[in-house]
Amino acid sequence: MSFNKDSLRIDADDVANQLMKQLVVQVRRTLHKQGVVIGVSGGIDSTVCAALCAKALGPDRVLGVMMPETDSASESETLARLLAKKLGFKVIKEVITDGLIGLQCYEKRDEAIKSVFPEFDSSYKSKITIPSNILEKSVVNFFNLTIQKDGEEPKVKRMPPAAYLQIVAASNLKQRLRMTTLYYHAERKNYAVIGTGNKDEHMQGFFVKYGDGGADLKPIAHLFKTQVFQLAKALEIPEEILERTPTTDTYSSEQTQEEFFFGLDFYRMDMLWYAMENNVPVAEVAKVLDLTEEQVKRGCQNIQRKIIGTEYLRMPPLEIE
Amino acid sequence: MLTETEMKQKIRDFIAETFLIGDEQDSFENTDSFMATGIVDSTGILEVVGFIESEYEMTVEDDEMTPSNLDSVNNLTEFVIRKTG
Repeated sequence: MSFNKDSLRIDADDVANQLMKQLVVQVRRTLHKQGVVIGVSGGIDSTVCAALCAKALGPDRVLGVMMPETDSASESETLARLLAKKLGFKVIKEVITDGLIGLQCYEKRDEAIKSVFPEFDSSYKSKITIPSNILEKSVVNFFNLTIQKDGEEPKVKRMPPAAYLQIVAASNLKQRLRMTTLYYHAERKNYAVIGTGNKDEHMQGFFVKYGDGGADLKPIAHLFKTQVFQLAKALEIPEEILERTPTTDTYSSEQTQEEFFFGLDFYRMDMLWYAMENNVPVAEVAKVLDLTEEQVKRGCQNIQRKIIGTEYLRMPPLEIE
Repeated sequence: MLTETEMKQKIRDFIAETFLIGDEQDSFENTDSFMATGIVDSTGILEVVGFIESEYEMTVEDDEMTPSNLDSVNNLTEFVIRKTG
């Protein structure tokens, strides 16, 4: 098998058809449910999952739930509604801000931000980023906190562990409340909850355990992000959604998934990962991706470290015999 | 001023007491990679950085956050000596 720039190419129509058949089998025969609930964010992954489900089960058996909160981009709702209209499934909106206030999500997050930047207040937006030079240098993953006022230069500091952990723990309340909301609707309708993570997210641990990772069925967890885009085109997903940069939609400042977690663009990350899985020689990978052999090794090590380091996120609760 | 041996022991004690439990505390080598062996994860490395910054009154710059500086007891000791020596 040769490794080339098209190695991630799939027969998207065929993959979509296989996934749709499997969806029917799993929802009906394995889970014994009458339909599915999906959190729709206007992002590419939830869009593809919703399209697959609507086509496989029929739009009447799909309920999309938008769950914005105060930090969500308004674009998310517009795109989610556009998709629901195109595919003909029902979409409802559950604003989770009050629930998050009740859980002190924002208060606890802001307390941690203030421990790093005492001047932080509601006039600032914030986000967490990782160094984006993972191919250039072998780095230990660390996290920077950025705060910024409109029209001003951002302020950036590396976070001490206590602040980082508290900000993440508080922010993860968002995903966990969304999961709770989805299961409310799933149980009242006897539906299954669809998890929308792709392989990059699932295997590198870019999800919240019992948050967006909490689902009954994850139809695209085996597909690279670049392959999800191919599926999206085959499923005729609206251009507005295809063109949107993947974001976390979790922090108040605009933040791409690349700068928050992966540290590398999806094409090169997926190609490196594919090469690693298929034991493609480093020199060959370097040539195809126009990288040095050292860069290939660093990129692969970074992916491998994340897979190993997040293994516990994919584990069910352990039992001691 | 601590000798290299004393500094290495102090760093080793911090790692053992912070991240390991019981018999595990004696079960690693000073050359072992923290992350490859699972002794310390990426969040734990931040704690290690916090420890050496406060203990040895030094600042670890972003471009010094590398495995060759931070990912074993020996690497950490050599790094601290280079920075403070």
